[in-house]
Amino acid sequence: MSLATIAGQEVHVDEEGFMTEYDEWDEELARQLAANIDIELTDRHMEAIRFLRADFLVVGETPTLRRVTTAGGIPTKELFQLFPKKPAKKMAYIAGLPKPVGCV
Amino acid sequence: MTLTMQAPVPVFDEEVSGRKLAIICSKGSLDMAYPGLVLANAALGEGIETHLFFTFWGFDMINKETMTHLQFTPVGNPATHMSPMLMGLPGMTSFATHMMKKQIEGIDIPSVPEFLEMISDSGGHLWACRMSADMMHIDEDDLYERVEGIISATDFIELSEGAQTIFI
Repeated sequence: MSLATIAGQEVHVDEEGFMTEYDEWDEELARQLAANIDIELTDRHMEAIRFLRADFLVVGETPTLRRVTTAGGIPTKELFQLFPKKPAKKMAYIAGLPKPVGCV
Repeated sequence: MTLTMQAPVPVFDEEVSGRKLAIICSKGSLDMAYPGLVLANAALGEGIETHLFFTFWGFDMINKETMTHLQFTPVGNPATHMSPMLMGLPGMTSFATHMMKKQIEGIDIPSVPEFLEMISDSGGHLWACRMSADMMHIDEDDLYERVEGIISATDFIELSEGAQTIFI
């Protein structure tokens, strides 16, 4: 874990670039993180990101893709459109959370 | 003044370089249905093109009549660590199936039909084996609607070209 700059702010990140401090995140940073991986955030993207953040606080770990669908109410198909190829990891990255560890 | 480095950006698209997975599902018991489904789902989540080919008893996973009530039997399965004498008692299979379903549900793993839907929604491809369909007198109307087609062994060999293949 080291200190680095994202959108002009100093934050803690791991060696891959995932933020490691829950409270250092804000939506301005999210926009920059999304832009880093070629995603322009819409309201629908933000709904998913906000669900991830809220669920992390309750459960203590990053929700899996299935959980974003079943508990967050966003269809799997749509998640693949919003965050192409690797939706679970991309959402976690933008939400400033660790990668999900669950298998399903 | 302190200068910090720009944060690194994770590389998400490195493996989207044509990696492909083909999983042959040949078993129709509840416990053997899950490994293929879990792997397919994980691969799709990593952006990997994934094909599931259902053959022989694996047809029970995509046959509308059977897919909702696959069973688990402890008979002949030493991994249950229970007396073989007990395992053969009447009602043991339905009891063991019930227990396994509860455990699966308890960790929020979907049922087989729900899992197949999720895989299909994630862009996974479901295929049925021609020979098994002919043997069992089954046609597309009998199969789960997300199955894309009944294909021959040769078709499967063609579509799995360059894929890592897993036989379950």
